[in-house]
Amino acid sequence: MRAPPQHRLRRLRRRPPPGPLDYGRHLWMRLTMLATFVFLYAPIITLVAFSFNDSRRNVVWRGFTVKYYLKAWHNDGLIEAFTNSLTIAVISTAVSTVIGAMVALQLWRFRFPFKGAYEGGMALPIVIPEICMGVAMLAFFSRTYWPTDLIWPFNLSAIIIAHISFSFPFVAVVVRARLASFNREFEEAAKDLGASEWRVLRDVLLPHMAPGLVAGALLAFTLSLDDFVITFFTSGPDTVTFPVKIYSMVRFSVTPEVNAASAVLIAITLALTATAMFLQNRAGQKMR
Amino acid sequence: MNNAMNNAIVQVRGAVKTFAGVATAVDHVSLDIFEGEFFALLGPSGCGKTTFMRMLAGLEIPDRGEILIDGRDMTGVPPNRRPVNMVFQSYAVFPHMSVLANIAYGLKVTGVGAADIRRRVDEALQLVQLGGLEQRMPAQLSGGQLQRVALARALVKRPRVLLLDEPLSALDAKLREAMQLELVKLQHAVGITFIIVTHDQQEALSMADRIAVMEKGKVRQVAPPAELYEYPRSYFVADFIGKMNLFHGRASGDGAVAVEQLGEIKIPGNSSAGRVGIAVRPEKVKLFRDAPRPGFTAFKSTVDNIAYHGSESYVFATTESGAAIAATVQNESRDSKLPAVGDSIWCGWRAEDTLVLEE
Repeated sequence: MRAPPQHRLRRLRRRPPPGPLDYGRHLWMRLTMLATFVFLYAPIITLVAFSFNDSRRNVVWRGFTVKYYLKAWHNDGLIEAFTNSLTIAVISTAVSTVIGAMVALQLWRFRFPFKGAYEGGMALPIVIPEICMGVAMLAFFSRTYWPTDLIWPFNLSAIIIAHISFSFPFVAVVVRARLASFNREFEEAAKDLGASEWRVLRDVLLPHMAPGLVAGALLAFTLSLDDFVITFFTSGPDTVTFPVKIYSMVRFSVTPEVNAASAVLIAITLALTATAMFLQNRAGQKMR
Repeated sequence: MNNAMNNAIVQVRGAVKTFAGVATAVDHVSLDIFEGEFFALLGPSGCGKTTFMRMLAGLEIPDRGEILIDGRDMTGVPPNRRPVNMVFQSYAVFPHMSVLANIAYGLKVTGVGAADIRRRVDEALQLVQLGGLEQRMPAQLSGGQLQRVALARALVKRPRVLLLDEPLSALDAKLREAMQLELVKLQHAVGITFIIVTHDQQEALSMADRIAVMEKGKVRQVAPPAELYEYPRSYFVADFIGKMNLFHGRASGDGAVAVEQLGEIKIPGNSSAGRVGIAVRPEKVKLFRDAPRPGFTAFKSTVDNIAYHGSESYVFATTESGAAIAATVQNESRDSKLPAVGDSIWCGWRAEDTLVLEE
């Protein structure tokens, strides 16, 4: 049955007044939202847009080009820095995810003396100002005469260690939060059905931890990829990472080449996040 | 009771379990549970019944005492090596595995062959009537179906003893009644010893072959349902199971008991002496217009209140000596006559229906 046209028109014209939770229908709320989006995304959009700008000075729009992408691609220093950053991020993410997961399991599962102190100490890198971490790392590596002139990728070892030490607490915190929602009866049921401790971990605990592991790993990856301060202090004289390289380029002038390189970094981060969310979503769908 | 029940499959000797800072959860429990039996652990919440069951499963380690299952000492045997399986209160059906994977899990981890797994899982699915739902994920199942998955998952392991922790508490009343019947049928079909933990006495009475009533970590009485109901031994059990008129008294050893608020009553054949509890079930109490014939213990009373419950009514009366007595009257016909509030009547019961209890 179709409603008569006049009736439908009247319904369109006379909308009911906004309910108490219809925030999206208040003008001031819409304006706030608009402002938020503008302040959040305008710089990023400008950055990406101007990476296609056909101008060296990069102040006014002079026409579309992709030549700065090509230029960035042929900039060996930039590519080296980028490769370094990705290598550091991949290795430190893998290691800090494993360490973080183990710390989370330990804190969730066991009771031991000074647990509170341990938990607080473990989370310290989250709250310590980055600059302090950086100086501490610098002091540590110079005191221990950590070699900086090794061949690639071993010349990155100091940076990787520093990145692991500040990103594993984030993984631990995220995974720990996920574990809090674990029903111990699952573990007991698996044991009751004949599973050893190891099988319980593999078959029951890890599947439950998975979303936390993915989220923690993503966090560790982005933290490592864009870290400037700590990297700056721990990198040797000849090792350059992407953020450090960009910084040195910007000191001379903000060319569209910098924009292009940054846009690629944004694209990679977005793609990774989207993939992770897709995987998590699919897993969630399966459980529904 | 059939002959198969003569073999004790679970033997517990002086089991003690104390949790740090809390009262003793299980306090010197000794218990035999027989092969093929449907055994219920009944008690109020916090009485230690779940802890006791978890000790059988190996999920709690007793501080003292020993547990034998199928004649084997279970000390130091972890849960994954015990010949028992458990249906958890929350069912604990793994949310990331299909129904099939859930039921097959216990066989897979113990290295049963794929063909064997398939056959046994099919049998289990048939047994709990879940055929056709193998590929579903737990989130797509109802509470009743989840419970069947949990049951199948445990039964497919062919345990010597199946433990059920409050298995019906999460189901609605209708489904609960249907499942009670089904569990009993299932137990007859598979012939496995079932041990069920419940706080619902109706559930225990209607399903179990024998019931252990627990209170404060101690087993107060172990008996078949009818015996438990008609011959409770202690004041606690009498109070806990069903409705009961309860009094305190002092027995003199020659069959006479001085009951508080009632006066002296005669209990033929009773020779206990000292402080006792005196009890009588409300449905054993009859109402009379005049003093009943001898053989009845009767008291002149006034009707205080009448509660209508459809199939029966409860009549609450006070004796001349000030004791409150409740009587159940069956509404056998539509024009059943009940006394009115304020009426003067006699409440009485056959002397042999009087229960003498340990205080």
